[in-house]
Amino acid sequence: MTTENLRFRSWASATALVVTTGAALALSGHAQAQETFKIGIVSFLSGQAAESFGIPAVNGAKVLVEAFNKGAAPAPYNKVGFGGMKIEPVYVDENGGATKQVQELRNLYDREKVDAVVGYVGSGDCLAVAPVAEEMKRFLILYDCGTPRIFEDNKLQYVFRTASHAAMDNVALARYLKARNVKIESFNMINQDYAWGQDSKKDFTLSMEKLYPAAKPGEDQLPKFGAGQYGTEISALMAKPADVTHSSLWGGDLQAFILQAGPRGLFKRTQVVLSAADHVLPGLGDKMPDGTILGARGAYGLMSPKSALNDWWWDLYSKAYNVYPVQAPYRMVQSLLGLKLAVEKAMAANGGKKPTGEQLAAALANSEWDSPAGRIRMALGDGHQAIQDTAIGKTRYDAAKKMVVLDDIQRFPADCVNPPPNMKSEEWIKAGFPGAKGCP
Amino acid sequence: MNAVVTILIDGLTYASWLFIVAVGLTLVFGVLKILNIAHGSFYALGAYAAASFVGWTAALKWAPGFSIVAMLFAAVAVAAIMAPLTERGLLRFFYGRDEVLLVLVTYAMFLILEDVTKLVWGANPYYVSEPYSLFGNLHLGVQTWVGYDFVLVGLAVVVGLAVWWGLNRTRQGKITLAVIHSAEVASSMGVNVSRVYMLAFSVGIFLAALGGAFTAPMISVQPGVSVGVIVVSFAVVIIGGLGSIEGAAIGALIVGLARSLAVHVAPVSELFSIYIVMAVVLMFRPEGLFQRTQARKI
Amino acid sequence: MAAVVVESPKHAAAPSRAGVFALAFAAFVALAAAGWLFPRWLTFLLTLAAGNGLVSLGIVGLMRGGVVPFGQGMVFAAGGYTAALLYNKLGITDALGLALAGGIAAVVVAAPFAPLLSRYRGIFFAMLTLALSMVTYGLLMKLDALGGSDGFNVGRPTLFGMKLPDAHVGYVLYVITVAVATLAAVAMRVVFSSTRGLLTLAIRDNELRVEYLGGSVRRAMAVNFVVAAFCAGLGGALVVLSLGHIEPNFSFWTTSGEFVFVAILAGWQSVAAVFVASTVLEVVRSFSSAYFPNTWQLALGLFLLFVIRFLPRGIGSLWSRRAGS
Repeated sequence: MTTENLRFRSWASATALVVTTGAALALSGHAQAQETFKIGIVSFLSGQAAESFGIPAVNGAKVLVEAFNKGAAPAPYNKVGFGGMKIEPVYVDENGGATKQVQELRNLYDREKVDAVVGYVGSGDCLAVAPVAEEMKRFLILYDCGTPRIFEDNKLQYVFRTASHAAMDNVALARYLKARNVKIESFNMINQDYAWGQDSKKDFTLSMEKLYPAAKPGEDQLPKFGAGQYGTEISALMAKPADVTHSSLWGGDLQAFILQAGPRGLFKRTQVVLSAADHVLPGLGDKMPDGTILGARGAYGLMSPKSALNDWWWDLYSKAYNVYPVQAPYRMVQSLLGLKLAVEKAMAANGGKKPTGEQLAAALANSEWDSPAGRIRMALGDGHQAIQDTAIGKTRYDAAKKMVVLDDIQRFPADCVNPPPNMKSEEWIKAGFPGAKGCP
Repeated sequence: MNAVVTILIDGLTYASWLFIVAVGLTLVFGVLKILNIAHGSFYALGAYAAASFVGWTAALKWAPGFSIVAMLFAAVAVAAIMAPLTERGLLRFFYGRDEVLLVLVTYAMFLILEDVTKLVWGANPYYVSEPYSLFGNLHLGVQTWVGYDFVLVGLAVVVGLAVWWGLNRTRQGKITLAVIHSAEVASSMGVNVSRVYMLAFSVGIFLAALGGAFTAPMISVQPGVSVGVIVVSFAVVIIGGLGSIEGAAIGALIVGLARSLAVHVAPVSELFSIYIVMAVVLMFRPEGLFQRTQARKI
Repeated sequence: MAAVVVESPKHAAAPSRAGVFALAFAAFVALAAAGWLFPRWLTFLLTLAAGNGLVSLGIVGLMRGGVVPFGQGMVFAAGGYTAALLYNKLGITDALGLALAGGIAAVVVAAPFAPLLSRYRGIFFAMLTLALSMVTYGLLMKLDALGGSDGFNVGRPTLFGMKLPDAHVGYVLYVITVAVATLAAVAMRVVFSSTRGLLTLAIRDNELRVEYLGGSVRRAMAVNFVVAAFCAGLGGALVVLSLGHIEPNFSFWTTSGEFVFVAILAGWQSVAAVFVASTVLEVVRSFSSAYFPNTWQLALGLFLLFVIRFLPRGIGSLWSRRAGS
């Protein structure tokens, strides 16, 4: 066989293979039944964020979608599915990096032909997929990621975020300390060394500058994300005593930190404040040191306000999964509730047909709705970014109930801890929270 | 003075942990010439197995001291089940192929084991708390350490000595050293190289699982624990020299002390200090700090 | 004693360049036409496959010399970040210009390390390249000026000064990427069949003999490394333009590992096989995600093992039966 022949075979078969595979794949998309509303739900099903955020949220989605499809939710959410159309969820794993997520998003819209996508815990993933949805002119709800940059740096028509962004968490934490008159001369920090940790640290430090001008930042530990071994960091934190130790650690890293620092007495020597820690409470139980001040990135879990809707949701989740819902499933449920109302509102406006992305966007923008965590208002980012109330509490292990409970819960109204529509979060904090209303 | 002591103690405890976790990797490479990316997965399996075994001893209401025994058994169980499965069932087909190809095979194993562990144990976190509080606390000035951390130092010393003694003072160990030096010549002298590989691989997995089992009380065992361990073990092993036990010990000490120094003095540099050390060592002494003289084959 | 008949290759001269060009052009036209008919997600998948395939192409060049780099993420990221930064900071938006800039930047990043790396073989070459790519990863994570761990977004590129129409952005980027990939493939085919390319094959077989015959092993390896960097930089820039986003993960060891896997899946005999292999990996990844959202890692791992076991010489061996290979 001559080399000429070989080369021809090589190129020809390569092209043929690609073209036939392509044709096969092209035919593999399934037909869309008109009576279902298909949602793509993207969250971490593997990797380090799975146990703490992804899987609880997906579990929440599963049990809620089932309830919706039976029409079992309380009013005004009691229509079957979305406006009579059954909901068909498609689950996608957010693990694997932002590049993969951009591909998966395109697959969801083009191949699976979903009507909307609700997803994304990782800020990097959110930043990567938002412009893609916008370019494809398809509807996207970011339900969990924290970075303020999505709507502060861009104007988007098809992309929404149905939860407050992360600036709220650390502002509320600082305000809680102030409201409780905790004496602070110096504070240490330990945060994971990536965008989330760095932004949280910055927000907390800037807030402290405004609320406690005399307090000095001390140790600034930045362990690698996923390190899991904090012995050295704990020694460094203990070597430099401070009144308060702040951390935005989460998931397995936070649990490891608590398990390693607790027995060494760190929690007794300094007031530990954690910005997003409620999700570790059910698992840690009595290993969680008492008196730790923490937030849940919203009025979630044990800090959720009492209401009929919340009671219904709490029972629904707990009965299905034997554990009470923490922040991640709450954020998922408020997102799906908002989406439901938006779909139904758009259908009422367009004569009962399945709404297009534009109609959905118009319906969701600037809207408000009740959720188990309180009222959600799409008030920032031209009506695309939500604000909500939050709460901070203090841990105590209740031996009788065999679980950690939260005492001294302080609620912060949305307008106190979120920036106003015309200001970026960082500027707002640096300016001393102008326009903050209703702060305790 | 106190600060220096703290840095040294932290360096030592972290280095001990590193050594226990990394020594299995260097042994497997030394004998089988496989750089095992799935090492982190066996570590995770050890942690999960320890969680299960300690859970059972707690449920059976045995004394807390038994939890240490349970952890040892967990590591043995992991090695006993996984070693034949992976070595006979998988790696055997790829011996003699390019070294980097084997790295990819172990990468595939890592992916598979990640999901298998998730399927078997679920995504919920496991806690192995009984052993951690068994050994009291150590107070030194303003610092408090947990006794368990020093137990790990002891364990590291025991493991290091045991492996060294096993390799250098037992007959099977010397046979293994012969195989390390040249599998071909050893085989022609009548050594059952296949069995040596199997044994070395089993010990390697046992050590990885041991690392996982004894780390379990300090962390929450959940999906993703394997990832953080892989690169740090690699760095230790590369620095010390692939296949060298003493190298692994020195590598662990270097990395441990460097990290301790970084964390106490300049926390911002911690993130890529380990990669830089790894790159520098590779550039100037690529065989690691403890070079094994290799005869060049023409 | 029977005479041993040695079958020499049918020709001693270089393969017909015109033939290669014609085939490549035909393949490009076929793909471009097919892309017009494919659904958007498929053209996107093929665009990424082509862009990633470029990196693996460079790796194949190195593999022909007997070394496997485990750190091409470094130059891939170099190309991508250059394109992204030029777009955002200097307003350069031409797709081809950015691709070229990416390639050149990658060469600039790789060149200082080439002489050093040319001395290493086997696992040490792999580990050193991995260490370098992880140092790059660490730098990219730390530097806020480069977006930190979240990375940053890149807008829509232009082509020869023309804005790309909304409805066809994906298709145009697909055609551009496939065109660049085809050109690179042809160029590499020519290089592989050239004296230097054949010298590289000889190095894989026995370095010492090459040295004795007067060839410079180190120079050949260094050049191969730089050429691989150029390909990777091109690929990085093109991938960034299609994705619209760049992040430090481009330099992570698992990214590099996937490029190596594609190169191994392709085998080192056929250039076209590299792009086929890249497409296959993308397809498997995509469908594992869709059908096994909870166990896609398991599916991918099994696929990798299957390929390594049953296609030891890669996909290229399915159609290339070269004498003596």
